[in-house]
Amino acid sequence: MKFIDEYRDAASARALAAEIARITTREWTIMEVCGGQTHAIVRFGIDELLPKKVTLVHGPGCPVCVTPAELIDKAIAIASEPDVIFCSFGDMIRVPGSKENLFSVKARGGDVRVVYSPLDALKIAVSNPLRQVVFFAVGFETTAPANAMAVYQARRANVKNFSLLVSHVLVPPAIEAILSAPHNRVQGFLAAGHVCTVMGYEEYRPLAKKYRVPIVVTGFEPLDILQGVHMCVAQLEEGRAEVENAYTRAVRREGNEKARELIADVFRVVRRKWRGIGEIPESGLALRGEYEAFDAERRFGVAGNTVEEPSECISGLILQGVKKPRECPAFGVRCTPDRPLGATMVSSEGACAAYYRYRRFSTEPQEK
Amino acid sequence: MCLAIPGKILEIRDHDPVTRMGAVDFGGVLKEINLSFVPEARTGDYVLVHAGFALNTIDEAEAAQVFEYLREMGELDDTEERREIDR
Repeated sequence: MKFIDEYRDAASARALAAEIARITTREWTIMEVCGGQTHAIVRFGIDELLPKKVTLVHGPGCPVCVTPAELIDKAIAIASEPDVIFCSFGDMIRVPGSKENLFSVKARGGDVRVVYSPLDALKIAVSNPLRQVVFFAVGFETTAPANAMAVYQARRANVKNFSLLVSHVLVPPAIEAILSAPHNRVQGFLAAGHVCTVMGYEEYRPLAKKYRVPIVVTGFEPLDILQGVHMCVAQLEEGRAEVENAYTRAVRREGNEKARELIADVFRVVRRKWRGIGEIPESGLALRGEYEAFDAERRFGVAGNTVEEPSECISGLILQGVKKPRECPAFGVRCTPDRPLGATMVSSEGACAAYYRYRRFSTEPQEK
Repeated sequence: MCLAIPGKILEIRDHDPVTRMGAVDFGGVLKEINLSFVPEARTGDYVLVHAGFALNTIDEAEAAQVFEYLREMGELDDTEERREIDR
């Protein structure tokens, strides 16, 4: 496919990796924020192309992974109601809540449906006026325009049986939480390209300045990631800490202004709990103003529910780049994609699932 | 989750600013995609699509950037001796 295949060219990738090796004189730890990038890095073995001095650690950019167990429990409670059609992206269905997952609801006869777009859920609501249709609106900034548009269209068309269970999170506060943690070892970031397609990258400048870290907006194909690493290492070697864009075919400085306007119209910024990490102030989105009527937590009276996170899973440390999946004693033994202890093993973008899929039998020591 | 796939707009059907929809081709797979966030996009343009929505038109000139960079690197190679990868 155009704009994908050419960015997987092996000779170009090796040339870029050699160039990274040429400019690297010291040890550097760089975090790729987005789970999609983690998946590509492990799948294509990009980390193994890099010089030993450059270590990539995996970040929190997997919305499925950071959705707290209590929100899964709320989804389960709502999906178990008799008249509800519960719609979700496929990844969320197998994520364990405190006791079970959405699949268990489906197995008991609940109407749980996997959809490609929130607009599909809205269509289901329009054609089932006597049922309540709830969409599990998880995601980072990339997904916010889609969810904002679905609820905007629902309000415009006066669709009363549609609502969103919102679990929206934001990247910049997560980067700040990682940088301000006492055990932080991240010296540079590859920012999530598609988040910046929507939001632009101006909001990263204060972070780069305050914490003296380079932040490079990076895409998802092997050449994109290698170019991002190269620009990040070049900054580190030269002692610079700037925001740069390595994904110019998809990201403009101001992002997508139309999408940002709609997000600001439909959502407000709120404190959110991140699975395995804890509460982060001003780190998520909730419906605002007249759109609050479309909030499923209010409609179904589950807003106050909280639960403790299951204990053995170390996904919080994985998501902050402190540990790698194979350092977990449960990895591949008590925790597998079929029987996951935590969401990082479920989502296709979770670091644990990526290692399970591509590195399970590897005998290489994982830490460089 | 934040996966977004490039596809080519084959046809734009609905021109309402909110429900602007079009047929987008992803390497032979056709899907109906909401185009309201890319009012500038025309038939034949490539857009980046996530969850049924085009988030941006792909800048074809910028798409060559990494290859230009690689070419420049190749030219540098002629004048500069290169170290082996240290592993």
